[in-house]
Amino acid sequence: MTTIRHHPDSATLMSFAAGALAEPLAAVCSVHVSMCAQCRGELRDMELVGATLLGTTDTIGGRVGAPVKPHEAQSRVDQGSFSSGTASKLPAPLARKYGLTIDQIPWKRLAPGVWQHRLALSPNAQGELYFIRLAPGCPLPLHGHTGAELTVVLTGAFTDASGEFRRGDMQDIDKIEHQPVGDREEGCICLVAAEGPYLLKG
Amino acid sequence: MLRPSIDSPTAYAPRSVSAWGRMPDLLSRIATERSDGAFRRLFEEFGPQIRHYMMRHGADSATAEELAQETLLAVWRKAAQYSAAKGTPATWMFSIARNLRIDRLRREVCWQELSDDVAEGTPSEDAPPEATASERQRQARVQAVLSALPEDQREAVTLAFIEGLSHGAIAARLSLPLGTVKSRLRLAYQKVRAALEDLK
Repeated sequence: MTTIRHHPDSATLMSFAAGALAEPLAAVCSVHVSMCAQCRGELRDMELVGATLLGTTDTIGGRVGAPVKPHEAQSRVDQGSFSSGTASKLPAPLARKYGLTIDQIPWKRLAPGVWQHRLALSPNAQGELYFIRLAPGCPLPLHGHTGAELTVVLTGAFTDASGEFRRGDMQDIDKIEHQPVGDREEGCICLVAAEGPYLLKG
Repeated sequence: MLRPSIDSPTAYAPRSVSAWGRMPDLLSRIATERSDGAFRRLFEEFGPQIRHYMMRHGADSATAEELAQETLLAVWRKAAQYSAAKGTPATWMFSIARNLRIDRLRREVCWQELSDDVAEGTPSEDAPPEATASERQRQARVQAVLSALPEDQREAVTLAFIEGLSHGAIAARLSLPLGTVKSRLRLAYQKVRAALEDLK
């Protein structure tokens, strides 16, 4: 496993821990966190912030009545019905939610050397979530953003003015113009979440 | 049963004693004894806080009550599988409540995994179980940091965690630039991290 060098802004991770990130942004965070032990540790500390805040809060109102205690027969875990998808090279959270492997992504060509596949979100969700694939050495058109954009690299690598991003690395940017270029040998496949529409430049 | 009414959201004032500090004992009693007493205790101690949390996110009192019960039932059901290596019990319970809120109140797909589900199948580089002996201490330190936070940072953290507001929504609520909101959250976290450093 390669070393992860690019992590989310801690303000982003705080919001993820709080359950305050829009669905697509949370998806990208979740994939990064599943690949990054350091961020898993930080996330746990941040969740402890949430637990502590909740627990040190004055509340109005009486007790919450206990419902009839469940029978022990019901004590099985009621989640995790999906397999962890070992055949798939997609990180576990993505494989579980979308049941895809990387080879099965139905790519749509956007430009020479650039493909995209949009992922369905809940009806309430704000923003967009998609896979993007760049052929070796191919750039995305120069673009800016109207809100946050989070990207996590799934295979290969890309480079832009801020550095090189490899598998597991996350780019966390806000209203910045940039032009990522796929790695010259491998290209890349990334999961991208955008809060708002793109602003394409000439 | 009677559902007490909750008049209005109150200010989040720190309490001197956190019931959540007693959570580890209660959880181990639930896991080992599965007694009625422990079950009732769980609801008495944590039910009102979780219900209040749900109401701050716009649930009516009946829904909030239901979600509080559901959270605590999940704690009850899974208590036996819980281990200290998965984070503090309070963290675990917070995560269950948060995930239910995303699922039921926001009606979005929840991408936050409970700490017991994270990174399955990955050889763990996470802290080994013996490193978690100080969980109670961690909780006490975080509580101390939070009560000593400057008001502006505490407000940003509370709006994120207790009201579930995004950076943009916090900025709009407080009439602040987005960057200021982010830096307050970062500063607050830096203090938490610094306070936990030697417990790693």
